[in-house]
Amino acid sequence: MLSMDPGKKISFQRRICDGDLAIVYERHDSMKAVKVHEGSELQNRFGVFKHADWIGKSFGSKVFSNKGGFIYLLAPTPELWTLVLSHRTQILYIADISFVISYLEVIPGCLVLESGTGSGSLTTSLARAVAPTGHVHTFDFHEQRAASAREDFERTGLSSLITVEVRDIQGEGFPDDFRGLADSVFLDLPQPWLAIPSAGKMLKQDGILCSFSPCIEQVQRSCETLKASFTDIRTFEVLLRTYEVKEGRMEYGAGDESDSLGPLPCKRRQCSSDGSIGSESFSAPVIMARPCSETRGHTGYLTFARLKCLQ
Amino acid sequence: MAEESLKIASIQNPRVTCEGSSVLLDVNDGDRLVFARLSTAATIKIGNKKCSLGPMIGCPFGSLFQVESGPKGPYLSRVVSTSEGSNTQRKDNSQLKDELKDNRAIIDDNTAQSLSGEDIDAMRRQGAAGDEIVEALIANSSTFEKKTLFSQEKYRLRKQKKYAPRVLMRRPFARSICEAYFKKHPARIGFMRIDALSLLLSMANVGAYSDVLVVDMVGGILTGAVAERLGGTGYVCNTYLGDTPYSMDIVRIFNFSDEINRRIMRSPLSNLCSSKSKTSEHSEKENALSSVSTEQTDLPSGNGTTDTILTSMHETNSSLVDKPCKSTKPGERASPEILESWKQNGFSSLIIAAPELDTWKAVQELLPLLSYSAPFAIYHQYLQPLATCMHKLQVTKMAIGLQISEPWLREYQVLPSRTHPCMQMSAFGGYILSGMRIYSG
Repeated sequence: MLSMDPGKKISFQRRICDGDLAIVYERHDSMKAVKVHEGSELQNRFGVFKHADWIGKSFGSKVFSNKGGFIYLLAPTPELWTLVLSHRTQILYIADISFVISYLEVIPGCLVLESGTGSGSLTTSLARAVAPTGHVHTFDFHEQRAASAREDFERTGLSSLITVEVRDIQGEGFPDDFRGLADSVFLDLPQPWLAIPSAGKMLKQDGILCSFSPCIEQVQRSCETLKASFTDIRTFEVLLRTYEVKEGRMEYGAGDESDSLGPLPCKRRQCSSDGSIGSESFSAPVIMARPCSETRGHTGYLTFARLKCLQ
Repeated sequence: MAEESLKIASIQNPRVTCEGSSVLLDVNDGDRLVFARLSTAATIKIGNKKCSLGPMIGCPFGSLFQVESGPKGPYLSRVVSTSEGSNTQRKDNSQLKDELKDNRAIIDDNTAQSLSGEDIDAMRRQGAAGDEIVEALIANSSTFEKKTLFSQEKYRLRKQKKYAPRVLMRRPFARSICEAYFKKHPARIGFMRIDALSLLLSMANVGAYSDVLVVDMVGGILTGAVAERLGGTGYVCNTYLGDTPYSMDIVRIFNFSDEINRRIMRSPLSNLCSSKSKTSEHSEKENALSSVSTEQTDLPSGNGTTDTILTSMHETNSSLVDKPCKSTKPGERASPEILESWKQNGFSSLIIAAPELDTWKAVQELLPLLSYSAPFAIYHQYLQPLATCMHKLQVTKMAIGLQISEPWLREYQVLPSRTHPCMQMSAFGGYILSGMRIYSG
């Protein structure tokens, strides 16, 4: 998934090989991760796709099914992985993820602690940010979830950058081996205030902590606890608004008056009878954009704080 | 082994300043942000007092300083106390009593403070510390006790800022640099808010060993942010149309090591697009020229602009002392070998932040330089150019996964029983068009 592996890095020369992880792209909202296997097939609503046909093609290629349907094969990235991974828990999405990475000042070589691991959506992006010399230690108290996460990181080729451990961070705190070594700590826990004192011990001076909580009561309580040894305590909410774009023709006046019933019916008529109406009543086609009607309204609050620098 | 790699990491990512370090100074909790380069000669002006930045050299980033007056005038003194802890304690005890108070008894007639300006000056002459003056002001305010706890805190903070100003020394990171510019000179970075910059880096899959092509007409914040994520591996190629490279002065504010600076390349777009033989012919001549021309463009802009930032952002007076060791400058002209390797392999991603270029025309030229399946992200402060570009990309089937997104960022005040979104917020941080190049051959 990452460029640090020279054999896997995308390039004009790179071809899909047996054993590669590919993202099958049907539509922007319909994607799937597939391990390419010489003898395997992929079956979906577009027909049957033979993996053997994919081998030797470039990533980014369009491939066809027995029925002539097509999909695209993409090289995996942490962003695509977030869209295809199996949800074992609620996951973090790109707006929160990208903001967390920047605000935690995670750069190559950093040591980052995370709890819980959840479905590993953020972990994947953290791994990219600390590569090639840093490391992410992630903890989840759920044994099965930790095991699945480990399998996922194996599959995405990130296991050299991530260590998954089973541990109840709220109850036991982070392992003492990391005392004073962490550049950043990320908490996504139901009672983060229980883990904050331990997180403070793990951080280097001036190191940064982030706590993600969906509810404001959790934030309130975390901030109270943070005051003891942290400074620069700030809470944010970050969301994305997406836009849809279409080409339209604007009509003015001259058309059949009886027909003008507002924008929608006009639109339909315009499509069916384009050309039959005098062309002077239409201006040139225009590209128009509007926000998509439905969107995620809330994910969680992100609280950041810096360990006070006392020495 | 582990210790060794930790040592290397700390050189790459220093947490203690030295002479020549670039720092971000946060005066009075965000009231003012100043970029400076530490030297014994550098000074900062706070209020009407001029202080040497000398005491900051050798201190860990994150250190807090307070302006104190000494026999030789005002100076910066490091604050290492934990007095804030006791403040919180006191607050909790009086929490209940406080909720019954309101402002009905407070009359604004300028007689509440019995300490005069002369009294304060006298205290100063006797060498009273800033904190002592603040306490005296509180003791002599007839209305302080009548205020709610919340406004008592506000009062204390206001007086502290005036009589005992504090300076926090921060590491300059993409995050803090972007925030500082967005606050002070948003136009210089194309009104790009930190959440938008973060999205660009994620959407373009920037990570170690990638070869990232950027068009950076936002002062170098983009180039710097990408280089920060590369950590001395891969390359960021800052390309430009025509003969004059776009300014990337902001890159100098980052404390980049030589290893990271070496990874920042410049190349005119014509060199990236031209055919193989033509480049190698040209390059020798151009290389000879470029080493001179980079010198020329870098030197004046280097001293000049950083100074402009310093002086315009604030009244600092730090002469930009170059690091004692000979350092590699960021933005060397890409060598023919590197150009050739980019042509052979393609770039692993593309980020455009070029408010002044025709987005669609730029994309038509730049997209073919990307490897197949490579992601790209295009920033703009206006929606229309991106909408047009997205439509054309759809029609020409050059890319998939196309999306225009606009980030929205809201900060909260979190206080006991007083949590709410901040009263002021940035309403706009920019638009991003993202997608992936597909194979069409």
